[in-house]
Amino acid sequence: MDRFAAFKWQALFMDWRIFLEGLGRTASTAGLALLLSLALGVLFGMLATSPYRSGRSVNRLYVSLIQNTPLVTQIFFLFYALPHLKIMIPTSVVGVLGLGFYHGAYMSEVVRAGIQAIHRGQLEAALSQGFTYVQAMRYVILPQAAEVVLPPMTNQAVALIKNSSILAMISGGDLMFQADSWSASTGYYGPAYLTVWLIYFALCFPLTQLAKRWENKAARSRSGEVKVA
Amino acid sequence: MIEELAALAQWHNLRFLWQGLAVTLQISVLTIISSFVLGTILGIMRYSGHWLLGRLAAVYVEGFRASPLILLILLFRFTTPLKPVNSGTLAMSLFTAAIVAEVVRGGLNSVDKGQWEAARSQGFSWVQILRYVVLPQALRKMIPPLVGQFITVVKDTSYVWVTGVEELTGKGVIILGQYGSAVQFFAIFGTIGLVYYLLCWGLQRFGLFQERRMSWLTM
Repeated sequence: MDRFAAFKWQALFMDWRIFLEGLGRTASTAGLALLLSLALGVLFGMLATSPYRSGRSVNRLYVSLIQNTPLVTQIFFLFYALPHLKIMIPTSVVGVLGLGFYHGAYMSEVVRAGIQAIHRGQLEAALSQGFTYVQAMRYVILPQAAEVVLPPMTNQAVALIKNSSILAMISGGDLMFQADSWSASTGYYGPAYLTVWLIYFALCFPLTQLAKRWENKAARSRSGEVKVA
Repeated sequence: MIEELAALAQWHNLRFLWQGLAVTLQISVLTIISSFVLGTILGIMRYSGHWLLGRLAAVYVEGFRASPLILLILLFRFTTPLKPVNSGTLAMSLFTAAIVAEVVRGGLNSVDKGQWEAARSQGFSWVQILRYVVLPQALRKMIPPLVGQFITVVKDTSYVWVTGVEELTGKGVIILGQYGSAVQFFAIFGTIGLVYYLLCWGLQRFGLFQERRMSWLTM
């Protein structure tokens, strides 16, 4: 077990700032990417259910292109493509864009399913009352869809946090990158990776449990077991 | 522009990419098979509710599911004596098994509990009920999420490039180092993207076909 010897752990705790810095970058990148993916998810989810054929095609193209190619390839594409187009941005912004667009495609599928779970009659009723399509979405459909979409969206957020570790592949300075470069210089891989594992677990496990609880609650209320007072 | 593309479209470049695709396919197939076996065992363990086996499976599933794949790939690369391609495949198999386990458990849970009582009253043993009554019905429910996960496996093989294993994405990035123009760049990434797209699309069609083929199992 000398891969995990005590003095290696000691060295790790001496350098705790490096890991904290990485955690900060992971949190800010994942947070911004989550906002972007939610915005794209709502936008493309509405396009997917819109009455306009061109809107649906645009959504179809976006979702299938993003979902059928790897995130790693997309990130490398952005990373190398932007300089070709004379656009110079920091790697963490490349991460936010890449992660946001990737998870935005999955979010839009979640939003689509949420909107379609609401009875079609509600949209027609709202439209007949003089609501515009956007108003009907904003005041009638989306608030109801929120309950259906919260659990899968939380699962997407977990996936996004985990996938933000992709920054390590483009030297993005996130938690995974810091652990990787710290252990490359010290050679103490075991403690570094186990510590990072624990940190990701502390971030992801509570969210997964929360999603599971919401899911069970929604399932019960659908089957009529829970009487809301 | 034409000269640039002609410089790129050479036999040795195509062969170079093909070698990467072979590695991607090798890791994918091995991961899909081994994670399916291990995941099914873990899923049944958790479904069984056995005081020890159930908890062991739960700890395994939650532990692996909460970890980024890239972390596992690096961890196994540096703490096992395996070759990078093998440690990568191992990391991916163990990670995917945790997700398959949840799919299997979900599928088993979707089968009505009354089936257990009915089969037990006919003298079936626990293993027989699982094997002949519950699993076949659960399998059809499991196909869509399983296929989705296996598509993710094909895509996630690109993470193994982090340890220097030259799979499809890695080969593309290497070729990129030799052909620097914008046109060549987009041609290379377009080709790689198209190959992944076709792989994932093919898997999806296969999944739909299997699901339809098993429609007689609908309860």
